[in-house]
Amino acid sequence: MSLLSLKNLSVQIGGTPVLQGINLDMAQGQITAITGESGSGKSMTALAIMGLLPQGAKQQGQILLDGTDIVQTPEPALCRMRGNAMGMVFQEPMTALNPVQTIGAQVAETIRVHENVTKAEAHARAAAMLDRVGLKVAPTRYPHELSGGQRQRVVIAMAIAMRPKLLIADEPTTALDVTTQARILDLLQGLVDEFGMGLLLITHDLAVVADVADRIAVMQHGRIVEHGPTSDLLRTMRHPYTRALFAASTHAVDLPAVQNDAPLLAVRHVMRDYPTKRLSLFGSRPTFRALDDVSLTINRGERVGLVGESGCGKSTLTRAILGLEPVQGGQITLDGAPVSQGDHALRRKMQVVFQDPYGSFNPRHHVDRLITEPFHLLDNPPKGAARDQAIAKALADVGLPSDAADKYIHEFSGGQRQRLAIARALIVEPDLIIFDEAVSALDVSVRAQVLDLIADICRKRPLAYLFISHDLSVVRSITDRVLVMQGGKIVESGLTESVFADPQHPYTKSLIAAAPQLPELAHAADAL
Amino acid sequence: MIRFALGRLVSLTASLIVASIVIFAVVEVIPGDPAAFMLGVNARPDTIAALRAEMGLDEPLIARYAAWVSGMVQGDFGMSWTYKTPVATLIADRIWVSLPLAIYALALSTLVAFPAGIYAASRRGGAGDTAIMGATQLGVAIPNFWFAMILVLVFAINLRWFSAGGFPGWADPWAAIKALTLPAIALALPQAAILARVMRSSLLDMLGEDFMRTARAKGLTCRQALWRHALRNALIPVLTIIGLQFSFLLAGAIIIEQVFFLPGLGRLIFQAISARDLIVVESVVMLLVFTVIMVNFIVDLTYAAVDPRLRARA
Repeated sequence: MSLLSLKNLSVQIGGTPVLQGINLDMAQGQITAITGESGSGKSMTALAIMGLLPQGAKQQGQILLDGTDIVQTPEPALCRMRGNAMGMVFQEPMTALNPVQTIGAQVAETIRVHENVTKAEAHARAAAMLDRVGLKVAPTRYPHELSGGQRQRVVIAMAIAMRPKLLIADEPTTALDVTTQARILDLLQGLVDEFGMGLLLITHDLAVVADVADRIAVMQHGRIVEHGPTSDLLRTMRHPYTRALFAASTHAVDLPAVQNDAPLLAVRHVMRDYPTKRLSLFGSRPTFRALDDVSLTINRGERVGLVGESGCGKSTLTRAILGLEPVQGGQITLDGAPVSQGDHALRRKMQVVFQDPYGSFNPRHHVDRLITEPFHLLDNPPKGAARDQAIAKALADVGLPSDAADKYIHEFSGGQRQRLAIARALIVEPDLIIFDEAVSALDVSVRAQVLDLIADICRKRPLAYLFISHDLSVVRSITDRVLVMQGGKIVESGLTESVFADPQHPYTKSLIAAAPQLPELAHAADAL
Repeated sequence: MIRFALGRLVSLTASLIVASIVIFAVVEVIPGDPAAFMLGVNARPDTIAALRAEMGLDEPLIARYAAWVSGMVQGDFGMSWTYKTPVATLIADRIWVSLPLAIYALALSTLVAFPAGIYAASRRGGAGDTAIMGATQLGVAIPNFWFAMILVLVFAINLRWFSAGGFPGWADPWAAIKALTLPAIALALPQAAILARVMRSSLLDMLGEDFMRTARAKGLTCRQALWRHALRNALIPVLTIIGLQFSFLLAGAIIIEQVFFLPGLGRLIFQAISARDLIVVESVVMLLVFTVIMVNFIVDLTYAAVDPRLRARA
């Protein structure tokens, strides 16, 4: 008998179907992955299995966990099952823990809710569980004292403290760095083997799926469009959506050759120190060196990638290049002029596109006003018809209709918003654009379109950019040269292809090794 | 935690010094010569000058400031010009009305507001929530002196459960508490309404947090998750409001003191201002500032006790 069996499960919220006729079986000791793009119903499936659907959701069909139908189980009995028969790990380790309780107490709570044990015994078992998930810090620590990866280990310890038969992990590694992701996936695999539980892994990352899952289910618009054993599914890919998803994940853009090699941006021996916590009440504040003797050059029309884990100094470097932060040593020049002066003519030459396409726009302004924001950098900004023309051209450049100018930002999808962010950057015809994790929040198919758009713009006009991303496969396809950063230093740099094919620095090697890879057979499917 | 407390103490002392300078300066620049005021319009200039010398008003500002501060530190607040009694005695008499009244009102408001806010949050959108939110709307809108008069009308004049005003002193504690009950209720009403609303919205914010979902996934019921995880996190904004309310209740009860004929600090300061009794004004204001800063200090310590992240940030 299978451990978990979804039979014709449908869920409606406010009359809108979010899940339609889901059928899925998974066995003990197996890893089943659900994959698909945002809004496909992956997380809703997980919440339905946990019996934690939002209020007002109507469900039909059956969710059988070890023979018990979760759809029909009353709430008090569900409470006894959650954390006991089934556990769940969430995407955001930073917010998934209660900030005012120690991690030990939070793990012990899972045990104390379900078993009548003494506080001391629960805490002892919690400590043992934290040790099992490889956490090297004391259970008396608070969540804010831990890194993202450590917090995710705490959440996992909490979910498996009662040794549930089923563990659901909803995007457990999406918010983590590649090396941390690899360790957490290792841990989950080890736990499945040791405890013989079933793991339902929900992720949008096909490479992760291909690496670890025994079976894959691909979801689209609330339906499972294809499912089967991983190797079979990857080999055959019967459904067009599966093929499209894999094609988008391995999407390689066609960058035109660099035409010019005159230097544009020069970063020379830059140091950036942040003051940290005082050690004594009246002593001087110690400093943390976020950028340590960083030097780099970007030539005109050159596309440069910057990779490294969180906290390595990528964002600090971005802010320093933009002239938003003072540096304690060295110099940054754009076209020969120091960026710290920050005059308008200089700022016009450099624009930035951020990760969060929604948060970087004022929701109360129309699009025409939003994308013409950089006009204040011009001495003679276009007015009247010339302004309308500039807006129409900028929108056309990013593949949006000209009537988008009269809309508000909430009327656009995530991919369209990122197109608008690019339009805003392009409207003053800069020489350099900084893409700061600009495609990280996008679904794979949308990401592929935006990457194509960037390549397209490069064909139309010479554009240099610094592309910052934690996603190595994206950096590999969209840049000519790559810089690898660790602990505030650039540890390796070189032509993108040669760095990826033959990394020299041990840190680069570990990054590339940790990044999950889609198997070659998926590449072969591209050609279909 | 100890470093956190020490750090707060340093800034507390700095605030007190700045406050004392500001209070002294403001009182000094207020128009109206107290000596001339006390002697009336027909006083001869040389009489006024003599009184000014007697009151020490002709000494340089710095010397008077130094004398004032050093006196206060030793508990000597000087002599009231109008009452002809030590200011310390005046304050001591009245603080035994104002302080218990403020604590009484704050306790009432907290006792009402916490359950009301928690109940409303846990029944969001339901009938209980709507009823409580309606009541708090009313509580915020009703002026407390009007509410005080209604209380007097109902409970003192009609039902005769309480006296309509005055304060019998603490010789008979039961009578004293009884005399403070109606004023405390009148003061507590708007405070409780505000506090309940803050409690509710703060809790609702917490209910949407990711860690609440984690708590539910562990097997906690809605109620357990609310009590064990949401409540403590929701306390920070609530504590802020409680701190502000206490300071307000201590000094801002003047209208209620008038309605109930209570000899409190509010009335003392009002009378002292009318009579240009600067030394009383300065001292009472300084005392109130001191209390407010102390309350904020305690609130800060409570923040740190509630939230470990604040301990680390100190």
